[in-house]
Amino acid sequence: MHVDIQNLCIAFPGATGISHAVRNVSLSIGNEKLGIVGESGSGKSLTARSILRLLPRSARLSADRLAFDGIDVLKASESAMRGIRGKRAGLILQDPKYSLNPVMTAGAQIAEAWRMHRKGGAREARDGAMDLLDQVRINDPARVFAAYPHELSGGMGQRVMIAMMLAPDPELLIADEPTSALDATVQAEILRLLDDLVSRRGMALILISHDLPLVSHFCDRVAVMYAGRIVEQLGAGELARARHPYTTGLLECLPALSHPRPRLAVMKRDPEWLK
Amino acid sequence: MIDIKDLHVRFGAVHAVRGISLQVPRGGSFGIVGESGSGKSTVLRALSGLNPDWTGSMAINGQSLGRVRGKDFFRRVQMVFQDPYGSLHPRQTVDRALSEPLIVHGMDDHETRILRALAEVALPPATRFRFPHQLSGGQRQRVAIARALMAEPDVLLLDEPTSALDVSVQAEVLNLLADLQDRRGLTYILVSHNLAVVAHLCPRLGVMQGGLMVEQISASDLRAGRTAHPHTTALRRLSVELEEA
Amino acid sequence: MSATSPTGAGADPSLRDPSLRDPSWRDWLLSDTPASRSQAAWGARYRLWCDFRANTLAMGGLIVIVLMVSAALIAPLVVPYDPAMQDLTNRLARPSALHWFGTDELGRDLFSRILMGGRVTLGMVVAVVVLVAPLGLAVGCIAGYYGGVADRVLMRVTDVFLAFPRLILALAFVAAIKPGITSAIFAIVLTAWPPYARLARAETLSLRNTDFIAAVRLTGASSARIVLRHIVPLCLGSLVVRVTLDMSSIILTAASLGFLGMGAQPPSPEWGAMIATARRFILDQWWVPTIPGIAIFLVSLAFNLLGDGLRDVLDPKQR
Repeated sequence: MHVDIQNLCIAFPGATGISHAVRNVSLSIGNEKLGIVGESGSGKSLTARSILRLLPRSARLSADRLAFDGIDVLKASESAMRGIRGKRAGLILQDPKYSLNPVMTAGAQIAEAWRMHRKGGAREARDGAMDLLDQVRINDPARVFAAYPHELSGGMGQRVMIAMMLAPDPELLIADEPTSALDATVQAEILRLLDDLVSRRGMALILISHDLPLVSHFCDRVAVMYAGRIVEQLGAGELARARHPYTTGLLECLPALSHPRPRLAVMKRDPEWLK
Repeated sequence: MIDIKDLHVRFGAVHAVRGISLQVPRGGSFGIVGESGSGKSTVLRALSGLNPDWTGSMAINGQSLGRVRGKDFFRRVQMVFQDPYGSLHPRQTVDRALSEPLIVHGMDDHETRILRALAEVALPPATRFRFPHQLSGGQRQRVAIARALMAEPDVLLLDEPTSALDVSVQAEVLNLLADLQDRRGLTYILVSHNLAVVAHLCPRLGVMQGGLMVEQISASDLRAGRTAHPHTTALRRLSVELEEA
Repeated sequence: MSATSPTGAGADPSLRDPSLRDPSWRDWLLSDTPASRSQAAWGARYRLWCDFRANTLAMGGLIVIVLMVSAALIAPLVVPYDPAMQDLTNRLARPSALHWFGTDELGRDLFSRILMGGRVTLGMVVAVVVLVAPLGLAVGCIAGYYGGVADRVLMRVTDVFLAFPRLILALAFVAAIKPGITSAIFAIVLTAWPPYARLARAETLSLRNTDFIAAVRLTGASSARIVLRHIVPLCLGSLVVRVTLDMSSIILTAASLGFLGMGAQPPSPEWGAMIATARRFILDQWWVPTIPGIAIFLVSLAFNLLGDGLRDVLDPKQR
């Protein structure tokens, strides 16, 4: 599996002319954990979703090359895209409350996902779902299987969501702020789980987040986005070596426990960054 | 300034806050940290008068508080909410939001007060007649802070004031809150899930879990790792782990 | 989107090029940095108007309504004949240059009667709306905001009224008093307010626990002030939409009451009553009952189109 993005641009025609949400982004993703970090509106979600061609209807998408494992996403038919979406690449969203069907039990939803991608009877689907729940380290799979989404905590819901996405054995998992709605303790567990699943299954992972320290702690590589551009790419644990003023600015304006600052640095946005 | 003793809050059968006591000196800041459902925001809403279903005793400036608060209470105590998108009336301009407290409290000289408030939270005067949807998240939160300050309160209750904001905007708002406290001698209670944010603004903080305040600790003890309760230790470890990456 | 709406402003060359643009009232309205309360308020209204204007069907509805209402207003000045003047030698005449819509069974000019009848029918509708909207709004907002006993009592009363078929209740009410326009108006009000109360209550419930209302409560404002100044303005949008969409059914109820002899009394020209008295001529002199029917149809349709357009503009949730 290899995702190749070259010169990706996403624009929205709007009231005051065309607004460019993503400009000239090039990325190449192999079997690794890539983090995309940026503030709201930086284009990080759009960039990742363009791989699945899951963009708002009004978006204008263009790229020199946008390929998922050799398949040209720009030209692929809708049915070819369905073969990628949810099958070879899964998407995990921020809040499981909104992405799970409220009137179906968690188990039924996972079993349905399982059956959609692998032929099998109801019994096999059930066993498959239980196995998936076990894989996302739910201690009491039988209880969670029979539970409705509103009966699950945020962390549990996110695990169910991940289990659903794992059903078709995807090669790529895109996680769009998967832990922003969760508590710090749960966030750590979910990230550990994702890490474990990725290395065990040899999947690729794209983690989208606004939290630079979190992402660089967790991913092999981090792309920092600002105003639709990638301003800097860093290796794991290389935050200290960040050079772009935006990246260092992001780090300096964070309050920290270990080294107190009497006053937080305020980011001075340089129009030069947009060039 | 603020004295809460044995505060309990119940929602029907749910016992959300189970006996909290805390004191905040005049001009001081107290932080409450906890995960979702720990009851941290509930304490704030009970103190602000938004939730009348509480027992125990609460006093501000030596005056004990009842279930129903009078106008003079709301002149002294104000609150800033988490979501700057939800805390401003969608059909009212900034000007209207800021004049509301002035009208309610019968204060004079609206024009100068509004312009001064905008300047105080560093909003350009051009934003005065804009609607919330014409402002950025950070600007909205500044408007919410300006609105809370209109009636010139002594106490500001801050309910996750920066968690819906980008980190660069969060820094600006936290600096603004620190400046306002210096200038006006405000007393703060800050509720947040982010340990670093709380420790940055508050010299003293309490950790809540399951409706109980499991530990009260000074920010310097927390930074040095002199924690007593395992939950505090766990939260601190998670926070420090990421900083050291 | 038409090119004249602000969202399509990029397409209008005079707006794109600042040198071609004179500082007009439009720029004043669309300014991003209004300098006064009234400029901000008018700017917001103008934006709504621009959104509305882009909807051709709704504009059509509005134009029809404006024409009908103005015709009704100036009717006494322009009608060619006295609508009550009988000419038994010229009964049931076909439409002609003399009598544009023909004459009815008593030889009265139909065109004059339609115009004057518009005053009665549209007047009834306006009276009903003026009474119904505030009543429903008050009941709904009070029930929704205060909750508890007030909510339970007011909503059970609403349920009782909702349980009756609308026309039957109106009929019973008119029959109990005495047939006539005033009692017809009250009868319609009596049957039309419950849905408005429900709507206002639902809106109020969803607004009551928002942070911005909590913020207003924390200023120390009285409940009355919160409801009137902060909640009611937000309910108004969906209420106006509902009223407009309901107009046609109010007109039809008014016409039905007239048709059944419980509304306007002869010789007063009311559209429903006109159809009722002329219904036996439908096969031979079809235009006599058909023309007031077309009037009712046109106004109802126009109000529905207008309501749909208003909903798109005022009630973003429904989009």
